[in-house]
Amino acid sequence: MNLLEFQRRMAEDVMRPLTPDFQMRPTMSDGSSTQARAESYIKPNDQLTSFERLEIYNRQYWFRVTEAVAEDYPALNALLGDTIFSRLILEYLKENPSTSFTLRNLGSKLPQWLEAHPEFANRRQDLTLDVARLEWAYVEAFDGASLSPLMASDFTFLTAESNLRLQPHLQLLDLKYPVDELVLAVHQETSRRDIMSNAVSERKQGSKVRLPKMRRSPIYLAIHRYENSVYYRRLDHEAFLLLIALQNGRPLGSALEAAFVQSSLSPEGQAAKIQEYFSHAAELGWFCKQAENEG
Amino acid sequence: MPANRFNGFSEYGVGIGLRVPHYDHIFAEQPIVDWFEIISENYMVDGGRALEILDQILDRYRVVQHGVSMYFGSAQPADREHLKRLKTLTRRTKTPWLSDHLCWGSVDGRYTHDLLPMPYTFEAVRTTAARIREVQDFLEIPIAVENVSSYAEFHQSEMTEWEFLNEVVEAADCGILLDVNNIYVSSQNHGFDPFEYINSVPVERIAQIHVAGHSKFEKYTLDTHDHPVLDPVWGLYARAIERTGPTATLLEWDDNIPSFNEVHSEALKANQYLESSTPPAIPGAVVSSNVTEAVHP
Repeated sequence: MNLLEFQRRMAEDVMRPLTPDFQMRPTMSDGSSTQARAESYIKPNDQLTSFERLEIYNRQYWFRVTEAVAEDYPALNALLGDTIFSRLILEYLKENPSTSFTLRNLGSKLPQWLEAHPEFANRRQDLTLDVARLEWAYVEAFDGASLSPLMASDFTFLTAESNLRLQPHLQLLDLKYPVDELVLAVHQETSRRDIMSNAVSERKQGSKVRLPKMRRSPIYLAIHRYENSVYYRRLDHEAFLLLIALQNGRPLGSALEAAFVQSSLSPEGQAAKIQEYFSHAAELGWFCKQAENEG
Repeated sequence: MPANRFNGFSEYGVGIGLRVPHYDHIFAEQPIVDWFEIISENYMVDGGRALEILDQILDRYRVVQHGVSMYFGSAQPADREHLKRLKTLTRRTKTPWLSDHLCWGSVDGRYTHDLLPMPYTFEAVRTTAARIREVQDFLEIPIAVENVSSYAEFHQSEMTEWEFLNEVVEAADCGILLDVNNIYVSSQNHGFDPFEYINSVPVERIAQIHVAGHSKFEKYTLDTHDHPVLDPVWGLYARAIERTGPTATLLEWDDNIPSFNEVHSEALKANQYLESSTPPAIPGAVVSSNVTEAVHP
């Protein structure tokens, strides 16, 4: 067995799912003995069998990755409860193991994965998805790139053909529930942790938070960073459509058309709204200069 | 303090890990700290508070980068995106050396995010040394590899852990971050004499030393970094310092993190060993060099 074969074998064993009570499985998926497998390459000692030595790493792997994802989704945890949430995270990670050197991205596919797994939503699929989408948007806004913002004076040079770039950290969501209230309530009770050195992880449980009642009521939300804090800002429908169009690369004139195509506002009312949007965007630094290599 | 080419000819004393719960204290009190060690991966992001905090720290303190995911022992090529981001960060921090672990943790594009022990084989020596050289050449700064705590040994191994470490650092021509707590933890788990390990390490390659706390369970000892350094570890540290002379030393405290002052006081216990030691005559070591003084507020 060369080094690569050795590492493939051990990685497969370390990443194999645990039993429901968080122990290493005694048999592998083909029915063969995990003990025999462990003995094939791990020495026992006078205290631990080969199985027990491998189990330390197996449990450690799952505690580490589940904790990393759970940390990004405390509100989803609070909404679903510890039991369902733990099962959800395990199933998600079985299908989406880490493919990056950083744990930061480990939960990135969870909202998309949840869409295909309504069984975890406890008959509240839309609410569950909204919470997951907002919590991942928070992660993106928290440490996404920030480029030099356009100032109000830059706006005087804009034409209908101008392309406006949005800050990479600015996230835009259309949500079926006002989950910003729910997520805020939970996030105020939790804090993010850094990646640590080679210390081992312990299994941790989420804390209990009283959640506000949620009634279906669509909102449009900008999740952005300002002076290194993440904020949620509710938008009206037209502002949301305008920003989405700009984010999709449409020129300013076309984006404005998209924003007001179904609007009942008078031309004067629309002009006032546009002025208001740009004033807020300038104040918050949402528009930025094109990167040099973008022309 | 002795400087060598593996720590960028720097003369750092006792440092502590930069941790989020201490940010407020550091900025409010501006304590005198010789240097901070950062976990590189926490700052390999595109923007946000972490980088702003880092810049503020860099204005006032010396910083050394320590990584947890380079996986020098992985059998497959290094991730170029990882290397590029790491190099960008080294330019920002101007770290005089960079450390990561003598371990593996990923295969076929999947990451375990653990520091998995190596089989101590000659093939692994060649593979690991080649990767360290590749990283060192790309980053253009000295690399120090850290021995890890381990809970398993392998039938395949052809040498002891310390023989493996020595073979790798010679073949890679790199430095060592000697973690004396990890040596202690592994010695408890595998039944070897930790002093034999420390006595065999090529002292001229030691760039830095780690100390930390660990936890003893019924059948094994875990590297938990969650409480003060225990006496046997200070004993190993004393022997390491006796061999190397004063060497940049860092306390790791990563879980159940107490106040800044408690962590710093624990780290400063190292001074009683450092101050009583004298720099040994080591080929390649520089006793006094032109290094930038720490900017203490």
